[in-house]
Amino acid sequence: MKSLEELKAIRERVRGNVHLRKEDSPDNIRVVVGMATCGIAAGARPVLAAFTEEVAKRDLQNVMVTQTGCIGICQYEPVVEVFEPDGKKTTYVKMTADKAARVVTEHLVNGKVVEEYTIGSISNLK
Amino acid sequence: MYRSHVLVCGGTGCTSSNSQQIIDALETEIAAAGLADEVKVVKTGCFGLCALGPIMIVYPEGSFYSEVKPSDVPEIVQEHLLKGRIVKRLLYKETVQENNTKSLNETNFYAKQHRVALRNCGVINPENIDEYIAVDGYEALGKALTEMTPQQVIDVILDSGLRGRGGAGFPTGRKWSFAAANQADQKYVCCNADEGDPGAFMDRSVLEGDPHVVIEAMAIAGYAIGASQGYIYVRAEYPIAVHRLQVAIKQAREYGLLGKDIFGTGFDFDIDLRLGAGAFVCGEETALMTSIEGHRGEPRPRPPFPAVKGLFQKPTILNNVETYANVPQIILKGADWFKSMGTEKSKGTKVFALGGKIKNTGLVEVPMGTTLREIVEEIGGGIPNGKKFKAAQTGGPSGGCIPAEHLDVPIDYDNLIAIGSMMGSGGLIVMDEDTCMVDIAKFFLEFTVDESCGKCTPCRVGTRRLYEMLDKITRGEATLEDLDKMEQLCYYIKANSLCGLGQTAPNPVLSTLRYFRDEYIAHIVDKKCPAGVCKHLMQVTILTDKCKGCTLCARTCPVGAIEGKVKVPHVVNQAKCIKCGACIEKCKFGAIVKK
Repeated sequence: MKSLEELKAIRERVRGNVHLRKEDSPDNIRVVVGMATCGIAAGARPVLAAFTEEVAKRDLQNVMVTQTGCIGICQYEPVVEVFEPDGKKTTYVKMTADKAARVVTEHLVNGKVVEEYTIGSISNLK
Repeated sequence: MYRSHVLVCGGTGCTSSNSQQIIDALETEIAAAGLADEVKVVKTGCFGLCALGPIMIVYPEGSFYSEVKPSDVPEIVQEHLLKGRIVKRLLYKETVQENNTKSLNETNFYAKQHRVALRNCGVINPENIDEYIAVDGYEALGKALTEMTPQQVIDVILDSGLRGRGGAGFPTGRKWSFAAANQADQKYVCCNADEGDPGAFMDRSVLEGDPHVVIEAMAIAGYAIGASQGYIYVRAEYPIAVHRLQVAIKQAREYGLLGKDIFGTGFDFDIDLRLGAGAFVCGEETALMTSIEGHRGEPRPRPPFPAVKGLFQKPTILNNVETYANVPQIILKGADWFKSMGTEKSKGTKVFALGGKIKNTGLVEVPMGTTLREIVEEIGGGIPNGKKFKAAQTGGPSGGCIPAEHLDVPIDYDNLIAIGSMMGSGGLIVMDEDTCMVDIAKFFLEFTVDESCGKCTPCRVGTRRLYEMLDKITRGEATLEDLDKMEQLCYYIKANSLCGLGQTAPNPVLSTLRYFRDEYIAHIVDKKCPAGVCKHLMQVTILTDKCKGCTLCARTCPVGAIEGKVKVPHVVNQAKCIKCGACIEKCKFGAIVKK
C-alpha cells in the first residue's frame, strides 16, 4: 500500500460487497420480485438476477432488491412490484430480463414509470 | 453480483452450538437450489445476543433468525432464499409483529446500544481484509500517516478523553505521550488480549469479529510514539481469535498495511503474536511483558513504568483490545464526536459481557453513563423465572458487587469506584435472590488463590488466609471477631501487594461486606445462609402438613436419607443428607424446603 488512492481504489471495488448489509431505510426504493412457484415457472429468476446486476452496476445505494411469494395474479407472472418511499406502488407484469434493465434505467434512476409494462396497460390490452 | 447475503455468527458462542455445521449445510443447500451465484454466505463475528445462538441474519431483508439448527437450513433456503417467504417460526421473537417484522435496531436488546468498538462485529467477514476496507478500514491509518504528525495523533486521542478499557481507566493519550517523549532506538506497542476475568468475553469478540481494527490501531499507536514493532499477547485458549489474527496479519502484510514504507511515508511497522498460557497474572502489564520476553510471567515493581522501561527495557505502551478498537474511529471522526458520548470524566462507550441470571446473555455496548437498571432490565431482558435482582458483579475478581439500591447509578469509571466496585474489563454478572454473597466472595477468592503468582507474600499467603476465613464463615464456625480480622487482612493485602492482582483481590470481600454485612452476620451469629446456598448451614426438611407420603422423594434420594411409610409424612435423616436438593425438585406438593 503506497498511497491513499490505492486504498480508495480497493474500497470502491469492494464497497458493493457489504452495502447490502444495512438496515433497510424507509427512504429506500424496494423492488420486489414474485418468486413463488408460479413466478419461478414463468421465469422470475432471470428477472431477479437482472435487477440485482443492473442495480449493482449503477451502484444504486437506495434500492433494495428482494423477493416475495405469490401475489395472486399468477397469469401475469413474472410480477415485479416497485415500492417508493412516498408509498407509491407500481406493478410490472410479464417481466423479462431485458424489460428489467429498462425499468432500472427509466424508473429507478430517472423516476419515470415504464407504463407499457405495468399491469394497467397490459390488462387494458386484453 | 449477490442479491442476498446470509450472515452466520462464527464467534465462540455460536461456534460451540454448531454454527459451522449450519454454514456447511447452507452452502450445500444453496448450491443444490442453484443459488450459488445469487446468495453469499458470510461467517462473521459475534452479534451479541449469545443467549439465542446460533444466529443468522439474511440481507437485504435483515431477517434475524435465532437458535437455528442445521435441520432448519433446507427450509430457510427453499422458502426464504428461493421464494422470499420469511421463515417466521425461526425469527427472533422480539422482531415479530402482526403481519410485519420489526427492525432489529428497534428491539429492546439493540435499541439502547451504541456500537463503536463492536461496529463491525457481526457485519463483516473478519477473515477478509477487503470487507474491512469496504467499511472505511485502514482509512484512519492512512489519514494519520499522510495528514497528521505523531503529536497531532496523540493530541486527538488525549482530547477525546479515551481511557483504558482494560479496567484501570488510565487516559490512553497520556500513556502515549509519555512513551513518545522518551527517546530510544527501539520502542514497542503491545496489545493486552489476555482476557482472564471469569465471565468476560469482550476482547475475544472484538478479535474474532474485527481483528483488523486492532492491527490498524496498533499501527497508528506505533506512528504516534515512534515504534516499529508491535506484539499482541493473546490467550491460547482463544483459538478462533488467534486464527483470525493470524489471517488478518498475513493479509495486512500482503496489502503492505504492515511492513516497510506504509502508504509511501517511510513508516515501518509490523506485528507479531505471542500466545499466553492462561495465567491470570499475565493480564497485569509488567507480567505480560515479562512473559513476551520469554520469562515466567511474574510482575515487577513500578516505577520504572513501561513508558520508560517496558518490553526488553525499551519504552513501551500497552493497551487493551477494546481501547484499540476505539482508536481508528476517533482519528476519522474526531475527538469531539467521541466526547459527545458518555459522562463528564468517562467518554465514549463500554462493552459489557452480560452473564449470570439474566435472559439475554451476551455482548452489549452502551454509552458511558447508562444505568445498570437499563442494562439489566431493558437490554438484558431482566431476570429469568420471576426472581428478584440482588446484585451485579462488575470487574471480575478485582471488582465488587453493586446492590439493588445502586441500580440507577450511571455507570462510569469514577461512579463505580465510588460505590466500591470497578469498571474492570467489562464482565457483568447478574445475581438473583438465590445467590449467597458470602459464597460469591469465596468463589472469587478461590480464583485469586489459584491465580496468585506467588512472588509476593501478601498476595500469596494473604489471599489463602482470606479464603480460609470465608470458608470458616460458610461453615458456620466463625465468630464476629473473625469478621473484624478478615476486614483488616483485606486492607493489609490491598496496601502491600506488588501488583494489581493482589491489590484488588480483596475487593469482592470488601464490597459484599459493605452492602451485605447482614448476610455475613447471619452466617456467623444465626448459623444460617439466607439464600440457602451454603450447605453446612442449611437443612432439608419435609413439611408434615404438606407431605402426602407418596414416597417419590425417598426413591429419588441418592443416599437413602429420606425415611417413611406410604401415605405417612416422610422425614429427612439429617446425618445422612448431603443437601443435593434432588428431592426438592421432585416433590409435587412443595413439601420439602431448604432452611
